[in-house]
Amino acid sequence: MAQTQGAYYVPHGSSWPIVAAIGMFLTVTGAAHWMNGDTGLLAQPLMFLGIGIVVFMFFGWFGSVIRESVAGLYNNQVDVSFRMGMMWFIFSEVMFFAAFFGALFYARMLSVPWLGGEGHGVLTNAFLWKDFTPAWPTNGPGNVGGAFETIPAWGIPLLNTLLLLASGVTITLAHHALRAGHRRALVLWLAATILLGAVFLYYQVHEYAEAYGHLNLTLGSGVYGSTFFMLTGFHGMHVTLGVIMLTVILFRCLKGHFTRDNHFGFEAVAWYWHFVDVVWLGLFVFVYVL
Amino acid sequence: MAHAAVHDDHHADHDHHAAPQGFLARWVYATNHKDIGTLYLVFALLMFFVGGSMAMVIRAELFQPGMQLVQPEFFNEMTTMHALIMIFGAVMPAFVGLGNWMIPLQVGAPDMALPRMNNLSFWILPFAFTLLLSTLFMPGAGPQGGWTLYPPLSMQGGHSTAFVIFAIHLMGISSIMGAINIIATILNMRAPGLDLLKMPIFVWSWLITAFLLIAVMPVLAGAVTMLLTDKYFGTSFFNAAGGGDPVMFQHIFWFFGHPEVYIMILPAFGIVSEIIPTFARKPLFGYQAMIYAIASIAFLSFIVWAHHMFTVGMPLGGELYFMYATMLIAVPTGVKVFNWVTTMWEGSMTFETPMLFALAFVILFTIGGFSGLMLAIVPADFQYHDTYFVVAHFHYVLVTGAVFAIMAGAYYWLPKWCGNMYSERWGKIHFWSSVISVNVLFFPQHFLGLAGMPRRIPDYNVAFADFNMISSIGGFWFGASQLIFVGVIIHAVYYSKQRATQQVWEGARGLEWTVPSPAPHHTFSTPPVIDDSKLAHGDVTH
Repeated sequence: MAQTQGAYYVPHGSSWPIVAAIGMFLTVTGAAHWMNGDTGLLAQPLMFLGIGIVVFMFFGWFGSVIRESVAGLYNNQVDVSFRMGMMWFIFSEVMFFAAFFGALFYARMLSVPWLGGEGHGVLTNAFLWKDFTPAWPTNGPGNVGGAFETIPAWGIPLLNTLLLLASGVTITLAHHALRAGHRRALVLWLAATILLGAVFLYYQVHEYAEAYGHLNLTLGSGVYGSTFFMLTGFHGMHVTLGVIMLTVILFRCLKGHFTRDNHFGFEAVAWYWHFVDVVWLGLFVFVYVL
Repeated sequence: MAHAAVHDDHHADHDHHAAPQGFLARWVYATNHKDIGTLYLVFALLMFFVGGSMAMVIRAELFQPGMQLVQPEFFNEMTTMHALIMIFGAVMPAFVGLGNWMIPLQVGAPDMALPRMNNLSFWILPFAFTLLLSTLFMPGAGPQGGWTLYPPLSMQGGHSTAFVIFAIHLMGISSIMGAINIIATILNMRAPGLDLLKMPIFVWSWLITAFLLIAVMPVLAGAVTMLLTDKYFGTSFFNAAGGGDPVMFQHIFWFFGHPEVYIMILPAFGIVSEIIPTFARKPLFGYQAMIYAIASIAFLSFIVWAHHMFTVGMPLGGELYFMYATMLIAVPTGVKVFNWVTTMWEGSMTFETPMLFALAFVILFTIGGFSGLMLAIVPADFQYHDTYFVVAHFHYVLVTGAVFAIMAGAYYWLPKWCGNMYSERWGKIHFWSSVISVNVLFFPQHFLGLAGMPRRIPDYNVAFADFNMISSIGGFWFGASQLIFVGVIIHAVYYSKQRATQQVWEGARGLEWTVPSPAPHHTFSTPPVIDDSKLAHGDVTH
């Protein structure tokens, strides 16, 4: 579909969206069966089939977008649409994390003190949880999951903070190199970013192993364990996704997909990486330090 | 501007002229905003009848006191599923369908900004609702805890919880992608010269609605994810023994839920603001005030959520704050109602079917707004909470509000979509049958609620028998009336001999009326020239 100056660009039909919908459907159907304790083909196998289809879809769909982009089919307007799409997607991600931060703040500031008898929680405390003194961290008056210890903020979490902050710097250096047309520096800084992200993930896994193995801090450790693992877990998933995206971008850089003026794919991933970085800072302050 | 000619002869590519052939190519691989809009609208109509048939079960059971037809568990499934399907399957997709069809036409764009993602937004929905509806046939039956999924009740069901939650995740993904697409279309695809403050109100209402969707659907996703992990992975978000709080779910849920109810009404405001000027043959009164009112309502929607939970046990300061903040919403809403009425003042009015539905909207939505104001008063709400008064209230805003506006929009734009006029006679029969029956259906529910009849209960005190029977009769009548709607649409699309003109309605203004009827598969392949005096609301710049 030829692109003429001043006209709009409308892409042709595509079979990838329906593949995506089917993949997502199979993934969640399998996951739901699996969570309900089903075994057999409708549970895990179906889920992994669905995940496989989704991964395959990403290669196919983004592959065709990349081909069209490299072929010069997209004009400036398409570029702006992509940018807006990515920006608003990141905003939706921010709101997703906001729900979990909200749960953390609510538990710390309201529900735990109320269980301890503060405010209108007087009777709740007196009749239901007489001996409970509110504190944070807590696994609640029912001591759900048993006694646990927390991860000290100034060890691995501080190191991870520094790693992610450094990765924010390296990806910016990579971007500057890309705009200056320095391929070698670009590849170097991008690879450094990926490495920093991977090391972050390594330490995160290490920390989880420590928490489960030695501290008895698990997902089931009351509301502290719930908020701790859900927040850091979803963040870790996003870092993993970010590292995968950065790796794809590295390969695309090596293949010469980007020019000094036209490299939205790179920028989108860089934005995403900064978003992941900012979420971590929130985590570091509110989950680990305070 | 020679409208018809402009759009045809610019592209050498034959692809640009006609719709692709074959079911797969045309509908499943669709990237065309009109085809995807049609898919959304047909899907919404289908779900309207699925959800409606569940309402018929509810009304049949409530026809007389005592246990009549169904088991209480099944009754609870019906109330839960009716709400989920009507909200996520009927009203929201219908608005997205109207947005898909009309926004590119109203802003002079060739298509949505991200057409393939648009396809995915739609095609997730049939799968999501297959998943949701399949829970009715599962061991332990479907969800019975109400659409709000309050824990711990919602977690005490059988296998259905995970399926319902994943279905909601899929719907959320669909809504977020649809909303991103709409924002990108409006901000990036407008014809040159169509400034933001020259856009039709329907486009404005969707811009703000899309923002709400992107802001709150992820919060719903978070809330139901916590439910999922609480049930299946041992977390304690909503478990007091672990330091959590079931009420926390209600806060997170309603932080989504209140913007959600405006997601279902703001595009309705937009539609009505298109229709009333057309049939009053006057520009919309207070164009900019209408936009600021929508924006104010959207802003307020984020800071009033706890008025859904006055009786749950909140600090007094919280109750008072949420009461006053909620009442504040009446101000911008009042501005809107005032402006619709003033638009009609001294207009040369005619009363075609879309206008009738729009007028019914203004009157009946206002009744729903007033009962909302009553519910906002904390001490009064202690009495009304979880009674049929609440049911009456939100059905006035959602059925005679949102659904009536969707029907008004469908009648208004149908000739543009299919190129034929619908039967005005049968449209009017549909209208009068609907508007009378819907009041027979829902108005007595106010009295039931004030007298203390609780919602979501299959049996009731004999004292409530008469009004329940009247309400049920109205319900069956309203349900049957919607078959007329389907008949009118099928007749207009396939059998009507009366061809629609490009203009369709004498008083209609705006870019969508500058393309032929039916709108060609591809419109505005090159940007149209904007003539301020022909815009939807006249020359609004001064």
